[in-house]
Amino acid sequence: MKKSRMHLMLCAGTGCVSNGSFRIKADLEQELGKHELQDEIAVVMTGCNGFCAQGPVMVVQPDNIFYQLLSEKDIPHLVEEHFLKGRPVKRLMYTPSLEKAPVPKMSEIDFFEKQRLIALRNRGMIDPEKIEEAIARGGYRALARALTSMTSQEIIQTVKDSGLRGRGGAGFPTGRKWESAASHHSKEKYIICNADEGDPGAFMDRSIIESDPHSVLEGMAIAGKAVGAGQGYIYIRTEYPLALQRLNLAIKQAMEYGLLGHDILGTGFDFDISVFRGAGAFVCGESSALRASIQGDPPEPFSKQVHATEKGLWEKPTVLNNVETLAIVPEIIKRGAGWFSQIGTETSKGTKVFALVGKVRNTGLVEVPMGITLREIIFDIGGGMENGKAFKAVQTGGPSGGCIPASLLDLPIDYERLTEVGSMMGSGGMIVMDEDNCMVDVARYFLEFLRSESCGKCTACREGVDAMYRIVTDICDGKGNQGDIQLLEELSQAVKDGSLCQLGATASNPVLSTLRYFKDEYETHINEQRCPAGVCRALITYTIDAEKCNACLLCVKNCPQQAISGEKGKPQTIDQEKCIKCGVCRDVCRSEAVTVQ
Amino acid sequence: MAKLRPEDLDKITERMKKVMSLREGSGRAKITIHMGTCGISAGARKIMSAVIECVSELDTGDIIITSSGCAGLCSKEPMMTVELEGQAPVKYIDLTEEKVNKIFTEHVMGGKIVADYALAIGSEQAL
Repeated sequence: MKKSRMHLMLCAGTGCVSNGSFRIKADLEQELGKHELQDEIAVVMTGCNGFCAQGPVMVVQPDNIFYQLLSEKDIPHLVEEHFLKGRPVKRLMYTPSLEKAPVPKMSEIDFFEKQRLIALRNRGMIDPEKIEEAIARGGYRALARALTSMTSQEIIQTVKDSGLRGRGGAGFPTGRKWESAASHHSKEKYIICNADEGDPGAFMDRSIIESDPHSVLEGMAIAGKAVGAGQGYIYIRTEYPLALQRLNLAIKQAMEYGLLGHDILGTGFDFDISVFRGAGAFVCGESSALRASIQGDPPEPFSKQVHATEKGLWEKPTVLNNVETLAIVPEIIKRGAGWFSQIGTETSKGTKVFALVGKVRNTGLVEVPMGITLREIIFDIGGGMENGKAFKAVQTGGPSGGCIPASLLDLPIDYERLTEVGSMMGSGGMIVMDEDNCMVDVARYFLEFLRSESCGKCTACREGVDAMYRIVTDICDGKGNQGDIQLLEELSQAVKDGSLCQLGATASNPVLSTLRYFKDEYETHINEQRCPAGVCRALITYTIDAEKCNACLLCVKNCPQQAISGEKGKPQTIDQEKCIKCGVCRDVCRSEAVTVQ
Repeated sequence: MAKLRPEDLDKITERMKKVMSLREGSGRAKITIHMGTCGISAGARKIMSAVIECVSELDTGDIIITSSGCAGLCSKEPMMTVELEGQAPVKYIDLTEEKVNKIFTEHVMGGKIVADYALAIGSEQAL
């Protein structure tokens, strides 16, 4: 076999694929062929690289050169200059800011520098569709060790000692869950992998499956050995076509190699994995609703007086773990509990993957040690705020979480600390907001999401969330009343008390946390009929500053209502009767003459 | 596909290492071919092919082949730089395929610099 001298690790995560990475692959191969380089240089399609903001991205190995924002027209020049003539193309490299020089090497880019990869250990390093590449990076070694030289008890003890807690949100100690399932005797037991990722803005589970599906399969088989289960289910939403495709392929390859199925690695241990596709209902991420869904029942949560580890799926002992949790397990078995438990804080060990999105420069997927501060994530890794605006809040934990204000930026992140400040770890979504975000509007957004996703079983959640949504919407529409804030607080408590599952119990968090830190914004909406951030349409007016307006007429041309007029060459004015407050005039104005109040 | 035994994982790793080691970005030896326009017109593509041939034949996973632009000594092209781990880089000039074979056997594999073909020890500042 002729050796390639260069590998072009082109990102084929969902983000980059939707920005055209498969078209870039075709162009790369065509241009390489033109220069007869096809035998010397290989194009490798990897899973998500993490730096989604700059996609499509490509890392050139062995030189570790990072190219970003690639388009088809860049390819002929790139192939000739770099891949043929050995001159890396600076124009396509990451440049931290206008004043700074491009950073050629991926390892020196601030976005990657502070990250520590455990769950994402193989991201960008392997082609996820080739099991041999996963094996070459250490895949299935932990399973081999677990099956050949460890007892179930030893596996459980290792996971317990490591301090690993569930990465899906609640943070229950994984080892204790396994121990409980192992202690109940049954011929049939089940391992369920929860890949029903539903939080707005969260995509870490999808990315793990897309970039390294074997890490999850291996984690499930180890869990199976630990608790004595022979069957696993992966519950994944149908809206993740690429993840599904890679998952199914990975299972097929693992079966062919005897790493799943009958008599794994010749040790006599059997473990099968089936993929169960969900239809995208948010509530199906809740463990009891998820189990009901697999059983063919309506996906509604039910009382968990008896733990799933005793009577779960089909009334058999069941362990349900999140994708990220399972992907971490093999590394703990391989490198030991001590190695893992030295990373992180007193109560939260290891690393956590966050989906960093919103008004931050470097959006993407980051894996960081527990205990890192919000400031480090948002300003060092995330590169700070987009367009130089002021940081206002970060929303963590999805619809069950809350908004954390600027005064708490130095908070070290772990399960307990986030809960203390009124938010939660959740699955790891992190939405950064700036001065242009109205916190009442943010609460309204999450309530709207929860209102349509509530399964409707508990009255408190079904009606309570809807009532809160209507109140907050009224406040946004300038119809807020005195006493609304108190009513919201009371309703929040009622929904919390009267809901069966955690989705209902935490549904008030977005309201409560915004009330806790941004009560003045609610008050301004109600008392002064004003939206300080200039978001709520009913409470704002757009006007043109006559001194700044240079009569370019861009706003006139773009206004969908023809609400802007004036004499030629003179400052223009907005007809408030016609204006629908879409904000287009402000977006297109080059002299910042359009103001919003 | 045959069902694997635990020891087969090592065999797959060994086999794949030859393909994948270059992604780690480090190796026991690094060979840089200078592929500027001058280098290419003087035959650097052939030198590149010869180096790849040598490495493929030997099938070790610890040699990195890379390319760089013109080294500034256009009259001495084709050129390449050999850098063994922990040692100073050595530049070779006026290369032919035969010279490459000799350098590969004696220097890259044997650790002994082929002084007859070498220009100097040391390298220009990389990017």
